[in-house]
Amino acid sequence: MGDWSGYIGLMLDGARVTVELTVLGCALALPVAFAAGLGRLSRFWAVRALALAYIEFFRGTSIFVQLFWAYFVLPLIGFELTPLQAGVLALGLNVGAYGAEVVRSAVQSIGREQHEACVALNLTRWQGLRHVLLPQAFVVMIPTFGNNAIELLKATSVVSLISLTDLTFQAQVVRSQTGSTAIPFLTVLVIYFALASAISFGMKTLERRMTRGLDGIRH
Amino acid sequence: MEWDWAFVREIMPTLLDGLKITVLATVLGSALAAVVGLAFALLRRSPNRLVSRITAFLVEFIRGTPLLVQLYFLFYVLPGAGILLSPLTAGVIGLGVHYATYMAEVFRAGIDNTPRGQWEAAKACNLTAVQTWQHIILPQAIPPMIPALANYFVAMFKETPLLSAITVVELMSQARSVANFNYRYLEPMTLVGVLFLAISLIAVPALHLLERRFRRYR
Repeated sequence: MGDWSGYIGLMLDGARVTVELTVLGCALALPVAFAAGLGRLSRFWAVRALALAYIEFFRGTSIFVQLFWAYFVLPLIGFELTPLQAGVLALGLNVGAYGAEVVRSAVQSIGREQHEACVALNLTRWQGLRHVLLPQAFVVMIPTFGNNAIELLKATSVVSLISLTDLTFQAQVVRSQTGSTAIPFLTVLVIYFALASAISFGMKTLERRMTRGLDGIRH
Repeated sequence: MEWDWAFVREIMPTLLDGLKITVLATVLGSALAAVVGLAFALLRRSPNRLVSRITAFLVEFIRGTPLLVQLYFLFYVLPGAGILLSPLTAGVIGLGVHYATYMAEVFRAGIDNTPRGQWEAAKACNLTAVQTWQHIILPQAIPPMIPALANYFVAMFKETPLLSAITVVELMSQARSVANFNYRYLEPMTLVGVLFLAISLIAVPALHLLERRFRRYR
């Protein structure tokens, strides 16, 4: 039992992998969410259908199934992925699908008069989106994006089942090496909670900064 | 690798057996989540500051940590304290308590949306607290929440594969065991995905129906 510092080191290694997965997963989820969410609002039938199919598929099957499919089935059809790549891919695409609905509903929540003003000013669709609609919609998205990021953090624990040495995996290692169960799992729960709180704090700060000076305009 | 229909026919009964456990876990988990969620929501509103603070922290904590670790905790730690749970029981408790924290939020919103006048009328009629909740507040607050609650039931359904990590023999673990046994991953993994997608896609129109049915109460 004298080796607690070693075990703490193991857990911190695991925490680093968890953070890495969360950051990379979010980095993939964010552009995907915007692409699919705006795709849902496209003028073109084919783009809307494609975006809808992507969203329904990834929201309809569970992250667990997607991860196993990415890890076990993709290599069979010629895409060899490391566990980390499979994890980032599955997490990013899954959370991206949820994020897409956030993007869509945020853009749709912007008042009609803003859309009409874009037309009146003769902006192209892209200009209207880029300079008028998205800057307003983004503020609406931030709190929900924060929740999505926390969901992603929690979902990273699943990668321990495809042998990635994340926080949950290391807890199992410590459990099997020390025979102690309560301490490793409680430690890991506290670390996850601390990470989730950090995300939530970061998002609140971001929201405050983005809404600075908008008090009179936003309801 | 070629798709093999004969293999699909061979493994389908095993997978459907697993699906039964998946559905069972979802139904039991949902029932538990609804009850515990309501308890969380009520305790959160307790006039006793200590009770409401502790409940708030507990809810935040459970919601901020992964279900998988919570399942491990129930499955590995509780036996040390002398509480032996079967895998399915541990799984249902894990799912139920985890989703109860989300449901508490739905209940809270529903209760807060009940007009003040209803509370005042209950007081004017000299109803006790229990009578007020039972006959006035909850019957009005619950119907509008049903679509949101159903949404979380579907979300819970999609999280049940995690139970395979604590050796519940549900759909995912059946698929993994036939895959490992035959060393063929394509069909079992794809079929699990297809089954989940099929049930989720059935659930989407059902949710819309619920939403339309209960919106009238508002």
